[in-house]
Amino acid sequence: MAADTAKPMRVSDKVMIEMSGVHKWFGDFHVLKNIDLTIKEGERIVIAGPSGSGKSTLIRCINHLETHDAGKIVIDGIELTEDLKRIDEVRREVGMVFQQFNLFPHMTVLENCTLAPLWVRKMPEAEARDLAMKFLERVRIPEQADKYPGQLSGGQQQRVAIARALCMNPKIMLFDEPTSALDPEMIKEVLDVMVELAREGMTMLCVTHEMGFAREVANRVVFMDEGEIIEQAPPEEFFNAPKSERTKSFLAQILAH
Amino acid sequence: MSAIDMMGPPQKSGSVLGWLRRNLFSSIGNTVLTVIAAYLLWLTVPPLLNFAIFDAVWTGDTREACLGEGKGACWPLVWANFDQFIYGRYPASEIWRVNIVFALGFIALVPMLIPSAPAKRFNVILLLVVYPLIALVLLAGDRPGLPPVPTSEWGGLLVTLVVAVTGIVVSLPLGIVLALGRRSSMPAIRMLSIIFIEFWRGVPLVTVLFMASVMLPLFLPEGLSPDNLLRCLVGVALFSSAYMAEVVRGGLQAIPAGQYEAARAAGLSYWQTMGLVVLPQALRHVIPGIVNTFIGLFKDTTLVLIVGIFDILGQVRAQLSDPNWTVPQGALTGYLFAGIVFWIFCFGMSQYSNFMERRLNAGRGR
Repeated sequence: MAADTAKPMRVSDKVMIEMSGVHKWFGDFHVLKNIDLTIKEGERIVIAGPSGSGKSTLIRCINHLETHDAGKIVIDGIELTEDLKRIDEVRREVGMVFQQFNLFPHMTVLENCTLAPLWVRKMPEAEARDLAMKFLERVRIPEQADKYPGQLSGGQQQRVAIARALCMNPKIMLFDEPTSALDPEMIKEVLDVMVELAREGMTMLCVTHEMGFAREVANRVVFMDEGEIIEQAPPEEFFNAPKSERTKSFLAQILAH
Repeated sequence: MSAIDMMGPPQKSGSVLGWLRRNLFSSIGNTVLTVIAAYLLWLTVPPLLNFAIFDAVWTGDTREACLGEGKGACWPLVWANFDQFIYGRYPASEIWRVNIVFALGFIALVPMLIPSAPAKRFNVILLLVVYPLIALVLLAGDRPGLPPVPTSEWGGLLVTLVVAVTGIVVSLPLGIVLALGRRSSMPAIRMLSIIFIEFWRGVPLVTVLFMASVMLPLFLPEGLSPDNLLRCLVGVALFSSAYMAEVVRGGLQAIPAGQYEAARAAGLSYWQTMGLVVLPQALRHVIPGIVNTFIGLFKDTTLVLIVGIFDILGQVRAQLSDPNWTVPQGALTGYLFAGIVFWIFCFGMSQYSNFMERRLNAGRGR
């Protein structure tokens, strides 16, 4: 990936995600400590940090797969509380892509993509199918529509997972280490799809170790360690002039090889 | 083309002798096992075939036909009592009603079992809602043109099927609900499910039937005692639901958390997640266990005998005391007949479950 310095991607002033003073514990383990994070429409955020630093937990709080114990999370004007209606409302607008793909193995690729539009958006069947085919073409696997996930490679499965999330027309896309479970030769095909998505102006939060991707599309890199946000900066600044010692040692480790 | 490219897969010799040597006599231990197995087969199979087929008496009108040295199974006993084995003491003039129920059940069930048959949703409603109502009206009667037949006169295969089918039809949905309840995040629902399941699993079916048949009427006010067969049906259905719940729970536990997360993240509700994503996979995993429970239930129906309901086995036993057909081999013949009937139904279920497993696996390209 060539570093594309002339980024055409635009960021609006509208706040999409606002987290303030968010804490979370797993038992006695304080996994998120006083998280303040504001993300505007069209921003592309890469969250980096050592494993166990709370990155995945942070983005899983955004669609309430994890509950936060203190603080406030507001998604596109809807505050996340225990109110189930609101949680479902938020989930309709937030797409998520998982490390392990989590496709539904008993359904074809097409059925995976049409499931939520049919049952959550109550879309007519023909419309849902057209929509699914449109997104499968965008991730470049329309010819696999009638296969089952078990018949596809990891990279293809992850692209289906992205298409499945896009079928709900989400305002925000969350990526939880989308390339970590992939063989090296398949990482690029997934990253290419994500780069394309970023160029189209999707608000994205991405937990990843792909620093090339961070340089190319992120407009902000958030660095976490031990449950805290240590620093956040645009990629040039983050990679070239990190402020904190922890960031420096992290970068030294992952960029060493 | 190099030598490696020209190599084909190794040829497997196809001769019978080669097969025997590979599979039966490949080692000393294997040879010993083969010999022992052959000896056991020789001990058991020929006498059984002789008794059931070659030495058996096939025709005759009275017990005299079956008397004499070296005679095998007395099949005329079965022919003569066939109606009792199938219908119990159901009045002979009303047996046509039972036959219609059997025929309708068969007609509604077969397209249900064929995966490619159309209109599955309609078929399910027909089989689970319309058919039981028709069957109830026809069997119990007490309608214009249909004189009442009290359940105490039902018997034989009819009772076996009524108990087994009710148990099967009730236990699967109820078992699914209980399994979901046991894994629910709501403590009250979880506790209720656990108590229900552990209660029914903790008592023997015989006790359940006794309670339903003998104890329950003592607790209920006079005149408010439901039919004996109905009480047994409820007991059997609840009993097997508890077992079914644990089988289904096993399947639910095999579903990775990621499946729930992906479904919930897409905005599906709890029931949509369960109905569309989790249960279709979980039930598929436990088809062998589900069918195992069905088969066990089918055979357990014979226990209704102890509360005075005569299923097919009960009818066979009752027949043994008929002086018109007391022959030395009568008991063996009767039990062999009952065994064959049970085997046909249970083997049918087992084969169908194998067929479904193969079909579902083939559909996923694995």
